[in-house]
Amino acid sequence: MSLLRLITCGSVDDGKSTLIGRLLYDTKSIHQDQWEAVHRTSLKRGDARVDLALLTDGLRAEREQGITIDVAYRYFSTPRRKFILADTPGHVQYTRNMATGASTADLAIILIDARQGVLEQTRRHAFLATLLGVSHIVVAINKLDLVGWDKAREVFDRIKSEFEGFAAGLPPTDTVFIPISALNGDNIVNRSEHTPWYERADGGRGGGPTLLEHLEAVPPRPIKQFPHARFPVQWVVRPQSDDAANHDYRGYGGQIVAGELRTGDEVIALPAGQRSRVKRIHLLDEDLPECHPPQSVTVLLEHDLDISRGDTLIKAPGNGHADAMPRISREIEATVVWMSESPLTPGRRCIIKHGARYVRAIAGPIRERLEIHSLAWQAGASQLGLNEIGRVGFKLASTIVFDAYTQCRATGAVIVIDEATNNTVAAGMIL
Amino acid sequence: MPTITYSYTRAVNATSPVAETPLAHLRVLEAESIHIMREVAAEFERPALLFSGGKDSIVMVHLALKAFRPAKFPFPLLHIDTGHNFPEAIEFRDELAKKMGERLIVRYVEDSIKSGRATEDPGPSPSRNRAQIPTLLDAIAEFRFDALFGGARRDEEKARAKERIFSFRDDFGQWDPRNQRPELWNLYNGRIRRSGDAGGDGGGEHIRAFPLSNWTELDVWQYIALEKIEIPSIYFSHQRDIVIRNGQICPVSHFFPVRSGETLVRRTVRFRTVGDMTCTAGVESPASTVQDIIDEIAASRTSERGARLDDTVSDAAMEDRKKEGYF
Repeated sequence: MSLLRLITCGSVDDGKSTLIGRLLYDTKSIHQDQWEAVHRTSLKRGDARVDLALLTDGLRAEREQGITIDVAYRYFSTPRRKFILADTPGHVQYTRNMATGASTADLAIILIDARQGVLEQTRRHAFLATLLGVSHIVVAINKLDLVGWDKAREVFDRIKSEFEGFAAGLPPTDTVFIPISALNGDNIVNRSEHTPWYERADGGRGGGPTLLEHLEAVPPRPIKQFPHARFPVQWVVRPQSDDAANHDYRGYGGQIVAGELRTGDEVIALPAGQRSRVKRIHLLDEDLPECHPPQSVTVLLEHDLDISRGDTLIKAPGNGHADAMPRISREIEATVVWMSESPLTPGRRCIIKHGARYVRAIAGPIRERLEIHSLAWQAGASQLGLNEIGRVGFKLASTIVFDAYTQCRATGAVIVIDEATNNTVAAGMIL
Repeated sequence: MPTITYSYTRAVNATSPVAETPLAHLRVLEAESIHIMREVAAEFERPALLFSGGKDSIVMVHLALKAFRPAKFPFPLLHIDTGHNFPEAIEFRDELAKKMGERLIVRYVEDSIKSGRATEDPGPSPSRNRAQIPTLLDAIAEFRFDALFGGARRDEEKARAKERIFSFRDDFGQWDPRNQRPELWNLYNGRIRRSGDAGGDGGGEHIRAFPLSNWTELDVWQYIALEKIEIPSIYFSHQRDIVIRNGQICPVSHFFPVRSGETLVRRTVRFRTVGDMTCTAGVESPASTVQDIIDEIAASRTSERGARLDDTVSDAAMEDRKKEGYF
């Protein structure tokens, strides 16, 4: 059983909560007592039918106001796959919440109300999903029952070509279109009788996949994986000196985020550049010959080097493989999603967390700001406000070891923290 | 150093690229949890791991072994003992801590009640769920803990589904669901104001960290099977004297006596959680092995917290407790 992380994008009006409720309900991920609680609430409100959206609207304030406040995580599984779904609200704080949910997602479901077609928010969702590096997109064209199944094919084809038209300007992403009715369950788990014209995108036999079939089939990782070894050191494992058996043990705990490491590999510890060889890859009582993402292991080296939290182990180039060097610098350029009421202005001091390292930073000028309606980059902005996106340079108090976010998410992502409040105020994707 | 007597096996070839193997999802969750535990250990001065002897905290301890061995844990274990726990779980708690050679701190709700810091809920068989809060906050102040690991999972309850992996708590231990820090990628923001910091007010801001956030009940059981982790006997089917109260199977004990009009019966039961005996209902079950339990849960239609009488008080019961400082 593998694991797929996904995000649903859309507003309550697109039927997003209903879709999620449907996925949970049809995969039998709703327990009887949860179902009864929702049933009771629906009755109390006088709803005509059990509102599947109630399954996901968690907090009291949300139920009272009928809105979704923040990112919530849902879990469902089939015999083939476990799913972690980030459910983000569709209106206020939208950019901030969607960026949060998309940051860990392998796949984004973009919901379109068939009666409305491609809206500004649809374009925004697709833009944000690709900006955050989501590998797969599903465009779920919903409420086809409401336009009438006799017109559904025509509507579906029109929306599909409209979406493809504007998506041509975005980074290429694996995109699939599925005609659905979340309310009635058409093409969610079970194939709809109403869409005989819906075929597989690759021309294969047997009709197009239902949403769940597609979610089960899609590879959880990007098709083009970053091949170069990156092992950020989180924690130095050193038993106390009175432990005779492990007196010389010095291990580096971390998660391998890209590439692979094997025992015997020649490695370089960055940023200092010391060289050594992998002696052991250790995990409790196991010694592993190699490790792959996303394993958390403890790496022991041949030489006793001064390596600490925040350093990165990479494979030394040469020896028949050509591992690319990451960049090492005290300056970065990043696409920033600003998440605070207090705007980002040039010269603002902050703290950046990158991998296992906090560094003090000063923001440079805002080179470009995204015009959220037209999705065009515009020069000349003096600040970035809440939920705005811009390209900004930062000067750092010490060097970091990084890759471009589009190459490697784990080594290209930063969060920006406010010095005074300690709040997370931005997400950054290094350019 | 005492050695662990668990036997660890590798049902999945952990060295293969993490892919479509039957239990690959557990290896992904394991890796994520170890990463979280190391982040907390590295970023905080005085963390502690909340350890009750329940299955989730046992799994956390197992993950900590993977994160930190052969060194000792860089934190103690802490249990807030309500005095109403299953004796089997308490015994297990003490034995495991001893076997691992790790430090266990226990603080008692009973002491908080005696000193007037906590009050018992009214009623004949009161739950001490809410009464744990002052004891916990006092322990945080006593040891100046700046981070606490909890075994809570987001699949348990609707309020938990919205809680961050690094969940910020203010000086009063309160959770503010409407004002949580955005949490992106696996870049957890562990910055807090410490007593003595410039601008600090000497209070106790801290982080509650939940390494099992993305695990479900089934994942936990599959992992227990995969890693052959020992758990207390009350999770398995056994004969026990119970009464049926409000349609739930209630274990009888000296703090949960039989009421007039109720009949004591002996049933074959097991427990899905090991909270307070006063608020943990059993299920009739013949499941006597971990695999039996996995099969039972996979087929089950009642969620784990449905057996917690404290959460059925209202639909927002958990949210209200968490805001006050509960886990």
